[in-house]
Amino acid sequence: MSFEQVLQYIFSGITVGSIYAVVAIGFNIIYNSTGIINFAQGEFVMMGGIIAHSFTPTMPLFLAVVLAVVITTAVGSLIELVFIRSLKNPSVLRMIIITIGLSILIREIALHIWDEKIRALPFFTGSEVTSITIFGAHISPQVLWVLGITALIVVALQFFFYFTFTGQAMRACAANRKAASLCGINTRKMVNLSFCLSAAIGAVAGCTVSPLTQTHYAMGTPLAIKGFTVAILGGLGNSTAAVLAGLLLGLLESFSISLLPMAYKDVIAISILLLILFFRPGGLFQSRQIVALKSF
Amino acid sequence: MIRIRNLESGYGKLRVLKGISIHVNTGEIVAIIGGNGAGKTTLLYTIANLVKPFSGTITVLGTDSTGLSPEKTVALGCSLVPEGRQLFPTMTVRENLILGSYPLMKKREKRRLPEEMERIYSLFPRLKERENQLAGTLSGGEQQMLAIGRALMSDPQFIMMDEPSMGLAPIIARDIFNKIEDLRNHGRTILLVEQNARAALRIADRGYVMETGNLIIEGSSEELMDNPDVGRAYLGKDFKRISE
Repeated sequence: MSFEQVLQYIFSGITVGSIYAVVAIGFNIIYNSTGIINFAQGEFVMMGGIIAHSFTPTMPLFLAVVLAVVITTAVGSLIELVFIRSLKNPSVLRMIIITIGLSILIREIALHIWDEKIRALPFFTGSEVTSITIFGAHISPQVLWVLGITALIVVALQFFFYFTFTGQAMRACAANRKAASLCGINTRKMVNLSFCLSAAIGAVAGCTVSPLTQTHYAMGTPLAIKGFTVAILGGLGNSTAAVLAGLLLGLLESFSISLLPMAYKDVIAISILLLILFFRPGGLFQSRQIVALKSF
Repeated sequence: MIRIRNLESGYGKLRVLKGISIHVNTGEIVAIIGGNGAGKTTLLYTIANLVKPFSGTITVLGTDSTGLSPEKTVALGCSLVPEGRQLFPTMTVRENLILGSYPLMKKREKRRLPEEMERIYSLFPRLKERENQLAGTLSGGEQQMLAIGRALMSDPQFIMMDEPSMGLAPIIARDIFNKIEDLRNHGRTILLVEQNARAALRIADRGYVMETGNLIIEGSSEELMDNPDVGRAYLGKDFKRISE
């Protein structure tokens, strides 16, 4: 393998990896505030891309993306209001089954509204043939968009959760919901906010990758599985670790293509998921101190 | 300050409180004593609106708070220090305290935060030393201080405390009780639930004895201390007599 080839694999690895990371962050946000894994997370990504695509003929790309994010966020909020809030003392398992049901529902609705065709948003800058040469490797400018937006999301979220009052209240809600209410925090509002936030992030990701990976109605589930693997690999609830884990999985996948047949790509993710669950359920990067303080 | 009439409450179909009427006057410490399963914690949870009452009324600081949301109840100036501390273990001491000031923040009184923080740190200097430590790594006594401090951050007039001495060494428990007395002396009103009846009655002005969801005895602390039934059941006096 030449140096340029290695570089090419690295770039494609971090592109895919950062999308996994964003999906995993979506999982983490909802997990942190409610303790449930929202398996409809992948559908948010699909919705972002597909809705933006429907708007592109009638308006500029930027506006279409914004509108798609707003609509997906509203759907996220609606899901919480209709399906999650009305439950009285639901068990975590029940809520998870509900989100799996929702993911199927959204997928089928998308199939009815749109169709099974594969579509793609136009490239944000340039076209599919534009490329930038970095040390001999050719990459699409869209890759830089993906990386930049992922980085922006991660930094903005860290700031939000650690330096704003609402973010801290959401973390409190995650740590101990009863105690959060006793502090005067409206915990229902925080849960709703977490659904909005992860839907918005999913939609942004869906729009940015659409030119590279295409969008179709059933893309959500495979993404959700990868995102879930990454969330577990980094340690559920830990968004910084999710980024590292996402990049790791992306790189492993992209290099595996050079060694193994393409069909084995998904095997890697699933094997990692199983290994982590068997040997290190707290995730790769979870600090010991935090694990000891958290009750699973 | 607070008046509760014919309160019935419980979980699902289980009726735990069977018609409780109590009142707490401004500037008083009132103790509620009773054994396990008497309904003491349920009573506090119902006043804090974490548990919805079946019937009866709760009036806190002149407002009917029956059936409000827990966060609105806190905003009225009625805080609960729950049993078992219920801190945010993976957040720092400082973050825990800041979260306690949430009602102030919502009222756009952000500038009061440093002042409230200072007030808590002067009451519990220990917390200031541990400011940046994770709450879950504190000792039991420090955690209790933090739980009380967090509840005080919203500057409540009425504070309920559920078993503040639970699991603490006697010398640390005494320290906590002294702080509770301090709070009363600074004009706060306190409803104290304790299994450690002797220590609670020592600092309380009045007390109620609860048994299986009913109030069976009420009176001043002295009256309760001298009451033979209370003595036998909750203060371990008979044991002394037998051993003599």
